[in-house]
Amino acid sequence: MSALLDVRDLRVEFDTYGGTVQAVRGVSFALEGGKTLAIVGESGCGKSVTVQSIMGLIPRPPGRITGGAATLDGHDILRDQKIDGKDIRGRLVGMIFQDPMTSLNPTMTIGDQIAETLQVHRRYSRRQAFARAIELIEMTRIPEAAKRARQYPFEFSGGMLQRSMIAMSLACEPAILIADEPTTALDVTIQGQILDLMGDLQRDTGMAIVLITHDLGVVARMADDVLVMYAGQVVERGGVDDVFYRSAHPYTLGLKAAMPTNRSDAEQTLTPIDGSPPDLFAPPPGCGYFARCPHAMQACEGNPPQAFALGTGHEARCWLHHADCGQDAGAVYREHSQ
Amino acid sequence: MSALVEIRNLTKHFRIGRGQVVHAVDDVSLDIGRREIVGLVGESGSGKSTLGKTVLGLHDKTGGSVVYDGETLPSKYRPPDFQRHARMMQMIFQDPYSSLNPRMTVGEIVGEGLKLHAKVTAVDVREKVADWLRRVGLEPDHMSRYPHEFSGGQRQRIGIARALILGPEFVVCDEPISALDVSVQAQVVNLLDELKESLGLTMLFIAHDLSMVRYVSDRMAVMYLGSLVELGPANRVFFAPKHPYTELLIGANPEPDPRSERSRESVAIRGEIPSPVNVPDGCRFANRCPKVMDVCRETTPALAPVADADQPDRLVACHLYP
Repeated sequence: MSALLDVRDLRVEFDTYGGTVQAVRGVSFALEGGKTLAIVGESGCGKSVTVQSIMGLIPRPPGRITGGAATLDGHDILRDQKIDGKDIRGRLVGMIFQDPMTSLNPTMTIGDQIAETLQVHRRYSRRQAFARAIELIEMTRIPEAAKRARQYPFEFSGGMLQRSMIAMSLACEPAILIADEPTTALDVTIQGQILDLMGDLQRDTGMAIVLITHDLGVVARMADDVLVMYAGQVVERGGVDDVFYRSAHPYTLGLKAAMPTNRSDAEQTLTPIDGSPPDLFAPPPGCGYFARCPHAMQACEGNPPQAFALGTGHEARCWLHHADCGQDAGAVYREHSQ
Repeated sequence: MSALVEIRNLTKHFRIGRGQVVHAVDDVSLDIGRREIVGLVGESGSGKSTLGKTVLGLHDKTGGSVVYDGETLPSKYRPPDFQRHARMMQMIFQDPYSSLNPRMTVGEIVGEGLKLHAKVTAVDVREKVADWLRRVGLEPDHMSRYPHEFSGGQRQRIGIARALILGPEFVVCDEPISALDVSVQAQVVNLLDELKESLGLTMLFIAHDLSMVRYVSDRMAVMYLGSLVELGPANRVFFAPKHPYTELLIGANPEPDPRSERSRESVAIRGEIPSPVNVPDGCRFANRCPKVMDVCRETTPALAPVADADQPDRLVACHLYP
């Protein structure tokens, strides 16, 4: 099986005045066509930096990819420092961002912005590109597409802007759509519309989606596979059911316990995760979650846990799964995941 | 239960020139009982924040009134009014990044209210600030630091200490957790809950996260385009919504449960919230409502009790429930 996008042991650092931040510390994943991979984690865990460095979007310097490899459709994509119109990423990957208000150029019409992609990557003429832009706007269910294409971003609502971003990212019929917190800035109702739209487009085009989010509800709704990231590392990965119903890392459990469930039967209390994530200027030598983990053991402080395989495609980076571990990992996790 | 805050037909319009008027809040009535938490939900642009600010006097009232503890509050606040009411009513803001002055130390931010409103010595202010920082889970020696040195969750704690140091009875929390990470949201919600218990606070909790509002609130109020469409006990409104808008809003809320998400049909609401400028007659939800009838486009439904014996104190503004 060769994956569409294959990332191995990616490491990214940033030089700042305060020192070097190790933002991503060895992330690997593989993405297949037609599937949705969700990357979950809190702010600063490295989820955005991971995809941005793959896309060549981090400024270098101060950013630096210090290790790892990434191939897109068999092409090495980390080697090149410069990205131009011929880059494979422009043809194969579309990207949408969290804040549609600041991601679009306020001085260009929506139609021209979408058309620009086609002129650069597909060598369309202006007229051809604009006509195709109108079709794309229609595809994202914006009413009166021809009129809307001639309007500027300030004339659009947040939901409409996010639809235009999707239209733009789909212009070159990408094999992968990367969505970085696509609905965080939107209302629940509009979020529903955008998620539905992404799902429908995926069914029609067979593209893969990488969805970066911190909302477990959105993950439950959209994902086939999930990566849970913490302090620059993947702490748990697996199919969506494995990660939700057979959670195998204390951080995943912590996230679930911190959110209200919508069950009418249980009178529930929220259990926050105390403390805050570690300082990535000087990452802890052992497990990154050690300081906040309710199940932490002596071994966790100094020894970084390896990824333990638990089932098909399901693995967790936690010493509780080690055969010599005194605590019964099974019991810890069963207790939480009824 | 006697109400601490009685909001009576409160209206707030903004004139935006050329004879156009934004109907941000239109004829909203709501009683908030002592020690009660009322959650207020709705999409952006529905007027939730404007309602909260108007109740506190941060906006002048266009019409209607607010009665606080038996006293009718002025419809336009003058400086002495703020001086007097700030001690009873406070606000916790959404964005912990922009609501704290970056050029003031945490001690100055938290202690400013005390200096202005209470006749206390500088030593007492320091002591009280230290005490409050401890109460919200920070350290007293954080006093000399500046806001940028703190994380979002810690800043929100500073905002909470700032709001509560004068000992108000009534607090408007305007999206206090939406800018925070999931793990930190729970910390802040639990802190608010704890303080509510120990201080006997009454709260208007504005948020768009429906699951969180259900968890926090005693009663839930749903707002759409400036008016209340549904009001009732939080659990009842969440699990058995009456108004078609509430139903759709709750249906659109994704749950952290893959199985139930897969089995659910898409219920996204069509269209977007219309502009609150010069709103038409009739029900404001009529153009997006899946159950719209002819009468909806002509007469505005009033917020009225539902004729249902096992559901007391539920109010719905919809022609489906005559």
